[in-house]
Amino acid sequence: MIGVIDYKAGNAPSVLNALRALKIEAELISTPEALRPVTGIILPGVGSARATMDSLRELRLIPTLEEKVLGEKTPFLGICIGMQILMEYSAEGDTPCLGWLKGRVERFDGAVRIPQMGWNEVTFRRRDPILAGLPEKEFFYFVNSYYVRPEAEEVVLATTHYGREFCSMLAWGSLYATQFHAEKSGVAGLKLLKNFALLAGGEPDADETPHCLF
Amino acid sequence: MQEKRIIPCLDVCNGRVVKGVNFENLRDAGDPVELAAFYDQEGADELVFLDIMATSEGRQTMVDVVAKTARQISIPLTVGGGIRDLEGMRRLLEAGAAKVAVSSAAVKDPSLLAAGAKEFGRRRIIAAIDARKEAEGFWRVYINGGKVPTQLDAVTWAKEVAALGAGEILLTSMDKDGTEDGYDLELTAAVREQVQIPVIASGGAGNLEHLWAAIVQGKADAVLCASIFHFRRYTIAEAKQFLADRGVKVRL
Repeated sequence: MIGVIDYKAGNAPSVLNALRALKIEAELISTPEALRPVTGIILPGVGSARATMDSLRELRLIPTLEEKVLGEKTPFLGICIGMQILMEYSAEGDTPCLGWLKGRVERFDGAVRIPQMGWNEVTFRRRDPILAGLPEKEFFYFVNSYYVRPEAEEVVLATTHYGREFCSMLAWGSLYATQFHAEKSGVAGLKLLKNFALLAGGEPDADETPHCLF
Repeated sequence: MQEKRIIPCLDVCNGRVVKGVNFENLRDAGDPVELAAFYDQEGADELVFLDIMATSEGRQTMVDVVAKTARQISIPLTVGGGIRDLEGMRRLLEAGAAKVAVSSAAVKDPSLLAAGAKEFGRRRIIAAIDARKEAEGFWRVYINGGKVPTQLDAVTWAKEVAALGAGEILLTSMDKDGTEDGYDLELTAAVREQVQIPVIASGGAGNLEHLWAAIVQGKADAVLCASIFHFRRYTIAEAKQFLADRGVKVRL
């Protein structure tokens, strides 16, 4: 069963909708006790890096998350700000973050619109089980003003161009994160979520990812 | 650089799609959930629902429609119309809307945009601006569905909403809306040049050249369309191919 970390007013319900459409067993989680039995964890973000960190602290979720993800290697997928807070530090609101991966979160600069809002092309650097069935490049839906700069190049699974090239997907063991919103990215996004569910030992009913949700 | 977006817009009233929709291949042309799913399948980049009545009874209906729709589609859904406070935003976002669009309430109380951005993230708050040209270089902002004039100039107000925390602007030309003779390119460009956030052009789309002009001449980041898709004059794939053939980056 996949646990989707739920903060009030976050986009956890959208993620849950997408998983349920794929017939993947999933539940909203907002306590450490409920987090313990899950076999996969999805961490969406809420508001800003600081708001997300504050919510995680308030819900007392961080120690259990670290135990499960870093200790037990439970498959994990961070989405958008849920990706950014994996770094050590975010320039958004000068926020210390989880620091599961070395690196920083920076704001886009230069001549681009901020926030980036819409579809952009994601280029995968290597194959990975979470990308099964996806081509080398694919469009996903982004909404972000900040992007991650991990120190280690080898954790970068995909990049995207927006004014500059940035890391749009991270992978390190069973730890995954996307800057884009897989849950809002049509068929490709659903495929990625389904692949994650398979990694997490979930057993989606359907053999094939549906071409659309109806 | 990022792809330009094509966004079909559905006017919804008491849980039904209203205003000129003509779909023969759908069982019930008036069902917003079904139409939304259709556009998603066709390749729309996002969808907008405008609650055009936004009465208090109607609002719960809208929340239910949003919840149903969000379960059926896999692209972002924005909902606007009658959102007056944080609670109204919260109900729609929790029902599954990706973003909410606020118009009149933001004019009456600009702090609502800042509060919404703080609570839900500026990415999820769109400022909707309805404007009408009243002099050279002056577009007046109207509220309450275009019925009530304000003292605001659209370009100045756009800068203000961006500063307050809106993540995007949905800019509707009241002069052009419903005419099908093209977007107000001058207004779109004027606003787009003055803000750093994305601008969605709205009002006046009648053919595919209009979409191209809004993006290239109006510099819009996205185009909102209603009747050209509702009447099946063009499919979304045709619109995207038309733009792609002319060098506009779109998600095909």
